[in-house]
Amino acid sequence: MWGGVPVFTRNFGYFFHEGWLNIFRHRAMSFASAGITAVCLLLMGTFTLIALHIDANLSILEASNEILAFVDENYSREQALELEKKLSAIPNINSVRFITREQALENFIKNHPDEELFQDLEPEIFRDRYALRIGNLENLSETADRIADVTGIDGVNLHEEFTGGLITLRRAATILCAVLTGVLFAASLFIIANTIRLTTFDRREEIAVMRIVGATNGFIRWPFVCEGFLIGLFGALAGFFTQWATYCMAVSWISESDRMRIFEIIPFREVWLPVAGVFLAAGLLTGIGGSLFGIRRFLDF
Amino acid sequence: MIQLEDVEMQYDNGTKAVRGITLTIQDGEFVFLVGPSGAGKSSLIKLLTGEAMPTFGRVHINGYSVFGVKDPRIPYMRRTLGVVFQDFRLIETKTIRQNLDFVMRAAGAGARDIQQRIPYVLSLVELENKMDCYPAELSGGEQQRAAVARALVNRPSTIIADEPTGNLDPDRSLDLMRLLLKINQMGSTVVVVTHERELVNRFGKRVVTLDEGTVIRDGVGRYVGGRSRVHA
Repeated sequence: MWGGVPVFTRNFGYFFHEGWLNIFRHRAMSFASAGITAVCLLLMGTFTLIALHIDANLSILEASNEILAFVDENYSREQALELEKKLSAIPNINSVRFITREQALENFIKNHPDEELFQDLEPEIFRDRYALRIGNLENLSETADRIADVTGIDGVNLHEEFTGGLITLRRAATILCAVLTGVLFAASLFIIANTIRLTTFDRREEIAVMRIVGATNGFIRWPFVCEGFLIGLFGALAGFFTQWATYCMAVSWISESDRMRIFEIIPFREVWLPVAGVFLAAGLLTGIGGSLFGIRRFLDF
Repeated sequence: MIQLEDVEMQYDNGTKAVRGITLTIQDGEFVFLVGPSGAGKSSLIKLLTGEAMPTFGRVHINGYSVFGVKDPRIPYMRRTLGVVFQDFRLIETKTIRQNLDFVMRAAGAGARDIQQRIPYVLSLVELENKMDCYPAELSGGEQQRAAVARALVNRPSTIIADEPTGNLDPDRSLDLMRLLLKINQMGSTVVVVTHERELVNRFGKRVVTLDEGTVIRDGVGRYVGGRSRVHA
């Protein structure tokens, strides 16, 4: 059906040369196809990178997020220390740190250095507590419930609404990214298939001559596959470099903005390789897939 | 060898273009296929080149019996044929050399064979100095000779020429026929579809006359024209 690998390897240079020439024979359509591919990849890449940043910032939040679990004020110090084992055994808790009421007072005074009123507070007004680091914020609520269920724990302090909002945002970004990726990929495929159809229609006489002299389907197909490959490649490269430029502009804007500084930005040098890989794979898949789809009806078998 | 056994061909609209033709063309023969318009000549050529399949009967071409337009052996059957068209069908965006090159590549030839074969074939048709010209830069006669070179380049055992002189003046037509005769003398089977009786009568070769999809006369002789008027 494919005309065999030997056909391709023997005529590799010829097929790519023909594919290359075809691109210039239909400059406008080839440019449009590569451009649409680049735009689609740019949109997919942008949404994916946004989702990646949301995920990264959530991970940072997860790493630094601590729940405070307050020990029953009637517990002695020894009794309070015994709760550490029970708390450590709860799933989704990465670390457990005991904070005495004296330490809690110290931290409180440190956080309010200008408040003279707080300088003479007694440690007894604070309770011993545990600072608990959570593994997965998605299970925050369930974990908090388990902590609260431990005998001797008299309250749990967590920023559930804020965390819940970030989780929802991550889910939404992931779903939106997946849907957009599918839609944009289909759009690129369609555009490239139409370009290849135009090329094959324009070369229908040449294809007819090829068939009459005994060319296999593979020999007829390969130049168009190469053309689709090259269109996909150019689209991927254009998309990648545009993504790089827009990413740098966005980073520059965010770092200059006071409000946005709280967000951690991943340097492009840490993500360029997977971005390039995905762009290349998607571009080539679109180009080759579109060309196979476009030429299908011109082949006998 | 070409062999048709009681072949019929009917188009989708019900028209029977070929009706019960039994015909054998031996290796090395030179055959004129003649007849009025609508006699079935073009349909017969489509059967020989695998562009159409018989609705009844069998077609054997140079050792191949193909059974459907999607038969994967069709490309290999076509490589045993060289087809010359009335409208030349050279690729306008390729030079004559490139026209022959891609035909040889399509048939699976290697680079060395291509390099050696093209100049030789072009010398046979006296176009060795026009190798790097584009078809538009050649006269009608030269373009048709280039088309003959393309038909020859893959060493086919059979040349099929479908109205090859249709776009040529009488002198060029005669030159082309002489070229086809020369190719026949070198060992190839040649089948020429034509309605030009003067050319047919000049060469004294086998004449197969079609009319309304059937063979009405088959023998060495002259073609006078009109229906059922072949004189031996």
